[in-house]
Amino acid sequence: MLLIDCPFCGPRAEIEFRCGGESHIQRPGPHTEVSDAEWADYLYNRENPKGEHRERWFHAAGCRRWFNAARDTVTHRFRVTYKMGEACPEAGESAVSEAAPGAVAGGVI
Amino acid sequence: MTRRYSALSLLREGLNGQRGWEPAWRDPAPKTRYDAIVIGGGGHGLATAYYLAKNHGLTNVALIERGWIGGGNTGRNTTIIRSNYFFPESAAFYEFSVQLYEKLSDELNYNIMFSQRGMWTLAHDRHGLEMARRSANAMLLNGIDAEFHDGPSVYAHIPGLNPDPRFPILGGVNQPRGGSARHDAVAWGYARAASALGVDIIQNCEVQDFLIEGGQVRGVETSHGTMRSDRVGMAVAGHSSVLAAKAGLRLPVSSYALQAFVSEPVKPCLDTVILSPATGTYLSQSDKGELVLGAGLDLYLSYAQRGNLPWMERAAAGVLELFPQFSRMRFLRQWAGIVDVVHDSTPIIGPTAVGGLYINCGWGTGGFKAIPAGGWCLAHVMATGRSHPLADAFGIERFTTGALIDEASASGIAH
Ligand SMILES: Cc1cc2nc3c(=O)[nH]c(=O)nc-3n(C[C@H](O)[C@H](O)[C@H](O)COP(=O)(O)OP(=O)(O)OC[C@H]3O[C@@H](n4cnc5c(N)ncnc54)[C@H](O)[C@@H]3O)c2cc1C
Ligand SMILES: [Zn+2]
Repeated sequence: MLLIDCPFCGPRAEIEFRCGGESHIQRPGPHTEVSDAEWADYLYNRENPKGEHRERWFHAAGCRRWFNAARDTVTHRFRVTYKMGEACPEAGESAVSEAAPGAVAGGVI
Repeated sequence: MTRRYSALSLLREGLNGQRGWEPAWRDPAPKTRYDAIVIGGGGHGLATAYYLAKNHGLTNVALIERGWIGGGNTGRNTTIIRSNYFFPESAAFYEFSVQLYEKLSDELNYNIMFSQRGMWTLAHDRHGLEMARRSANAMLLNGIDAEFHDGPSVYAHIPGLNPDPRFPILGGVNQPRGGSARHDAVAWGYARAASALGVDIIQNCEVQDFLIEGGQVRGVETSHGTMRSDRVGMAVAGHSSVLAAKAGLRLPVSSYALQAFVSEPVKPCLDTVILSPATGTYLSQSDKGELVLGAGLDLYLSYAQRGNLPWMERAAAGVLELFPQFSRMRFLRQWAGIVDVVHDSTPIIGPTAVGGLYINCGWGTGGFKAIPAGGWCLAHVMATGRSHPLADAFGIERFTTGALIDEASASGIAH
């Protein structure tokens, strides 16, 4: 069971959240210049890494806001959560989750 | 020495103190060059190796497995076999697979315990009922056995179903030729038969990189050294993206944990396979007496081969909705496999952008039933360079052309 640190509400149980998949995917454009291959890559191909993954989460049964997270797909440990539209903080940088000071970076329990 | 399994060999070895059995497959040292290399010792890889030798006469073949054969999803699945798909492409492919399964124990001289005990999909509301009728009609049009049953008929056929469930059982579709088989036996049977034809089964050997020259594959780098071959097939399920990335390829695959459970063993009480999409349940009873049930996907990427509690709870709740009398049974074991999910729930079988490198993946939650056909078709394209007619529509180019085969919505099947 995961304890996920919502940047707005603090640590909450995994069942309150939904994962929205890979973050930072940019829609290619202008559309008149996008090849079928680029479009397919945008729509369907995914990083799917074994290790750290940057992904979107939705606090569905809480504040109902979206945020980003960097999570390890092997340990399931959340390294950091950060707001939509922001770049992912590198390891060592502090998290953006100021709404929940002192909250643990969500871990596996 | 006992090579062939039979009632007579059992008797003979019984009298002989069981001293004459041989290991079921050889444990050879890897060679440096092969005519074909298959990566992944799950059912699909093993079946591919077997059919390369059997159907195409290629016997200088290596099957390379990182751990032990059958240790991936093949040995972790709930073993439901069926062909109740919607689109003609899928129906033809999965039906071919069921037909191969029907003959597989004989073909491999290995009892895979395929038990065609029927496979029921239950409907709990009006929409489910409409879906069930549509599904039964589609199956019949595709030439596949299917029976639509109304509620009372479902109850007459499946003893013990909750007479007063919260989600009423209004009807269902049965595929009488569906059922289950012994997963380990499928892996071991193919391994033994492939090995007997000359295939080298190399376990505890990880493929770490590809040798690629001018866009053409020339071999693989493994934890046991370099092995050369101009023909390489990969069937590594949940690790497809990770391995394909070594060849510079990006795939439309997401890897998720899918979990399953068995209960403590009890006397026979359920003689068919039940799928109830609305309650998220699939359930059968093993020959040992354990109830075998599976959960839904844990819907975030995972390579952890363990499932999480909320889905375990949901699966148990679904079973109790159908069979409240199981409430005091205990889970004996829980585990998960990492499944390779693609957007349209249709497999990928065929060539890649790297010459000589072929791929078999995208089975998601339902590739056990497809093992014979998946191996057959990957072997075909590896040996001949041409797609097998049954797998023509399953090429990776469909994600570029847009010709997806969306079984996820068409047959509404999770597993
Ligand atoms: C809980 C659960 C329930 C399921 N229920 C059903 C069901 O009822 N019916 C059904 O039809 N399907 C079901 N499935 C799906 C089915 O199990 C899979 O689709 C099928 O077994 C896939 O077979 P495979 O050979 O492709 O993969 P696997 O059996 O996973 O084999 C892949 C192999 O590749 C190896 N490998 C990976 N990377 C490397 C590398 N770099 N070098 C060498 N080897 C490598 C792995 O170790 C593994 O052994 C279920 C799956 C799960 C997890
Ligand atoms: Zn929140």
